[in-house]
Amino acid sequence: MEYEAAKDDILQVENLSKTYRSGSNDLTVLQNVSFAINAGESVSIVGPSGSGKTTLLGLCAGLDKPTEGRVKLCGKHIVNLTEDQRAAIRNESVGFIFQNFQLIPTLTALENVMIPLELQGASGVKKISSDLLERVGLGERLDHYPSQLSGGEQQRVSLARAFCNAPKILFADEPTGNLDEDTSHGVESLLFDLNKEKGTTLIIVTHDLELAQKTNRIIKLRGGHVVEDNSTVKAEIQ
Amino acid sequence: MSNLGFLARTALKDSRKNRGKLFMFMSSIILGIAALVAINSFNYNLVEDIDEQALSLMGADLVVNSNRKIPENILDTLATLPGETASEIELFSMAYLPRIDETQFMRIKALEGDFPFYGKLKTEPADAHDIIKNGRYALVDEGMMLQYNLVVGDEIRLGNAFFEIGARLKNTFGAAGITSAFAPAVYISKEHIPVTDLVQPGSLLDYSLFYKLPKDYPIDQWKADRRKTFRNENVRVETLEDQKEDLEEAFSGLNYFLNLVALVSLLLGCIGVASSVFIYVKTKIPSIAVFRCLGMKGTQAFMIYFLQIVVLGLIGVVIGATLGSAIQVLIPMILTDLLPFEVQMGISWKAIFEGVFIGLIITILFALLPLVSIRNISPLRTLRASDDGEQKRDSLVYVIGVLILLSIFFFLWRLTAEPMTGLAFTGGLAIAFLLLFLVARFIMWAVKKFLPKQWNFVFRQGLSNLFRPNNQTQTLLVSIGLGTAVLTTLFIIQGLILENVSGMDAGNQPNIVLYGIESKQNDEVIKITKEHDMPILQNVPIVTMKVEGWKGKSKKEWQADTTQNTRFWAANREARVSYRDTLDKGELLIRGVMPGPPSTSNDSILISVDEGWARGLQVDIGDEIVWNVQGTRMKTYIAAIRKIEFKSMQTRFFVVFPTGVLEEAPQFQVMVTKSPDNETTAKFRSAIGRTFSNVSVIDLQSILVALNDILDKVSYIIKFMAAFSILTGLIVLISSLLLSKFQRIKEAVLLRTIGASRSQILKINATEYALLGSLSAATGILLALIGGYLLAKFQLELDFNIQWIPIFFVFLFVVALTVIIGMLNTREVVSKSPLEVLRKEVG
Repeated sequence: MEYEAAKDDILQVENLSKTYRSGSNDLTVLQNVSFAINAGESVSIVGPSGSGKTTLLGLCAGLDKPTEGRVKLCGKHIVNLTEDQRAAIRNESVGFIFQNFQLIPTLTALENVMIPLELQGASGVKKISSDLLERVGLGERLDHYPSQLSGGEQQRVSLARAFCNAPKILFADEPTGNLDEDTSHGVESLLFDLNKEKGTTLIIVTHDLELAQKTNRIIKLRGGHVVEDNSTVKAEIQ
Repeated sequence: MSNLGFLARTALKDSRKNRGKLFMFMSSIILGIAALVAINSFNYNLVEDIDEQALSLMGADLVVNSNRKIPENILDTLATLPGETASEIELFSMAYLPRIDETQFMRIKALEGDFPFYGKLKTEPADAHDIIKNGRYALVDEGMMLQYNLVVGDEIRLGNAFFEIGARLKNTFGAAGITSAFAPAVYISKEHIPVTDLVQPGSLLDYSLFYKLPKDYPIDQWKADRRKTFRNENVRVETLEDQKEDLEEAFSGLNYFLNLVALVSLLLGCIGVASSVFIYVKTKIPSIAVFRCLGMKGTQAFMIYFLQIVVLGLIGVVIGATLGSAIQVLIPMILTDLLPFEVQMGISWKAIFEGVFIGLIITILFALLPLVSIRNISPLRTLRASDDGEQKRDSLVYVIGVLILLSIFFFLWRLTAEPMTGLAFTGGLAIAFLLLFLVARFIMWAVKKFLPKQWNFVFRQGLSNLFRPNNQTQTLLVSIGLGTAVLTTLFIIQGLILENVSGMDAGNQPNIVLYGIESKQNDEVIKITKEHDMPILQNVPIVTMKVEGWKGKSKKEWQADTTQNTRFWAANREARVSYRDTLDKGELLIRGVMPGPPSTSNDSILISVDEGWARGLQVDIGDEIVWNVQGTRMKTYIAAIRKIEFKSMQTRFFVVFPTGVLEEAPQFQVMVTKSPDNETTAKFRSAIGRTFSNVSVIDLQSILVALNDILDKVSYIIKFMAAFSILTGLIVLISSLLLSKFQRIKEAVLLRTIGASRSQILKINATEYALLGSLSAATGILLALIGGYLLAKFQLELDFNIQWIPIFFVFLFVVALTVIIGMLNTREVVSKSPLEVLRKEVG
């Protein structure tokens, strides 16, 4: 798939491949994937299980290194950077939301949200974090531990944490995958509202077609290849 | 490191829910540190007390001592010293107690002058020590007076003279060793020695001179300037500094050993820490991955957990040091009978500081082994929770391994002051640990490979727990195994020593030696022995003589020759020589032929000598030796070299003359016999004691009792220390079990969900713990057997006969303890509903 780099691209992916080696067997999970995402866009990556969605997300966010290809995130080529350099980019410009929330069980809701800013050595961290928790409706639960919160509440803490460092781009891996329908809707609304408020680029990996519909663009993967990447996919789904 | 404040805060927050558990991990080091601090506190206090009390233990500024009369030239040298003098003759002989008709082998100390100049002879009634100057009075050992119910005023016969017991004696001066245990001391005045008639040719005598010198007299320099003269005359000269060194040296062996045991406890604890931290890090992987996702650097994530470990380690170490300072009070109580004086116990900051320092360093190094892996935990773990085993070996782990070995080496080097000894101990420890690790690896491999598929599920499950992921097999095998090894080695060595000594009178081996029989008394002694139905196993004459020269040069000429390295002990000691024409039992002819009697008076006298004695003088077959036989010069030639085996109570002679040479020389007899039981021994001793005041009866049973007593006291402290190793092993076991509890609960819950009964789960766990306990104990015992064999063969030169019963009990004890602790831990898993247990453990 051809793509042309645009000036305001926040994420450019070029001929990205990922192969896992297990003994003498090679398993190619992604092959020659290319696309670019503009700042402020909301994109969902959909596809059947095993199509390479999560692997693609990990590579785009700099959590893993590709076997081949390049990734330019927030204006920087990240493939050849060291893990610590990539960590610095993540800390400054990237937010994450995970299907299983990934909150630190030994920290309270407020402390979980504070981590990214504390890592930056920022000031006023507590105020920013508690405001964000207030914003996601957890103003009364600041001192609660993850185990004292419901799934929906945990995901809202995770939303607050994702937005607290005002990321330029937010990666969400099945953000409502572990939630019931009602709770999912609440979390989705919050996600999109915050996205609009903060002008963040949003990339969601999901099985949930209803959620995918709410994004500007859908990239469809199958067998490690991008098989569709435009609004036609949205039309098809509709 | 930037952001240290944030990292410290995060470390604090992150540890919040784990502090109790984390502290449990660190507690494994507490006992190791406690042992180290206790031993070193005691040792430093002892050394301090030795410095303070050495003078009052020695009683004089200078003690000159020889087993023959102090030679004139030495007396001339000593005459230049200023200050007061006193003297003593010490000899061993039988004492007869007429009121109760008992005899006792005693150490007689005959004093002249105002010795001791420092400290005093403690008596009951108090201050009665001077009574011996006022007549035929004796100060008799308090223990012996209690044993025989003697009272002040009773009579005691020493040789041919009767003395009145003037007071009970509470202490003595001068080194006593094991003899004090079976030869209690009695003090008399030296002026009465002639009437006892105990000083005869061949009597075992020791002459001492005591000096009280002006303060600041440079006695060490004075001694150093005359060292060669004293050495040539075989005269021991001891100054206060020598006394301090001797005392410190006497305890340094025990101190090394106890320190080594303490170090083993500490290392066991550290292995516990390393294994606990390893599992702790595993449970923290999801959190670390999230930190990394949020932009934390690998080193920052590492710092969070490093800080937790350092702080908790420090707390553990400080608690250990405090505990150690407290339990050092127990050590002198345990050692009370072995110590020459009462050791004042106080806090030794030096020991505490050293314990904290070495403890913290070793703990942190061990904890670092698993901690460094945090740097490499990928943020990808947030997306894929699978356990990726693809991580490469971190080269830092090897660096840390080397640092651990180096720190142990430096610790041991400092302890023993010998780099090679430090290296050897470090190597020995490394081999022991490595061996246990290899055994553990082998067992895990073997169980996995040969797990019998047809066995029932419960047993298979228990067995397979030994090799499944997150197993504790290696940690437990090493920690419990080493603890068991220390304890078992102790039992083996103690058993071997006692077995070898008590085995001396097995079968027809002698168990009584009669010493100092005058020739005219010999027939009567034989008669009394036969009347008691005891066999005469050996009855040999002894003639005392001195070496005057060898290989054509006089002793003086040899001594003046600085180029040769003869060991003069062989020439200086008064030789106790026997005469016979054949080899004795327990002797082996190495070279030459046993010489027979000279056929004419002009014939050369041919003698046989012991190989060690010959080596000392550097003489061999054909070499000439000139003797002074109580005034008569006698030239001899070596015709045979013998090897002597010292394994029974038979008397042994370094030098044996042929018959037909010494028969007319002043001599006394030694007789060796065997008593069937203690009652006969007592009757025989009494009969001999009543009839012959000069004949000493030494029986094996009293030596054995004395030896057993000393071994008991020493082994008590060793057992006390071994308990630290065992307890540390158990704490490691408990913390390992607590660590793997969550995993075990998940397994148990799953098993219960699919229908396993409570008893099945208990059986699975019991199988696992019984196997772990048995394998650890068996490996430890095997290690102890190897170590014990090497010690017995090469260090102690004892026969290696194992007493299996105590070892079997050690095995049972270790297995039972492992199973009990394991099962107590499992109780919670099976007694609660799966849901409740899961909820409690989550988060």
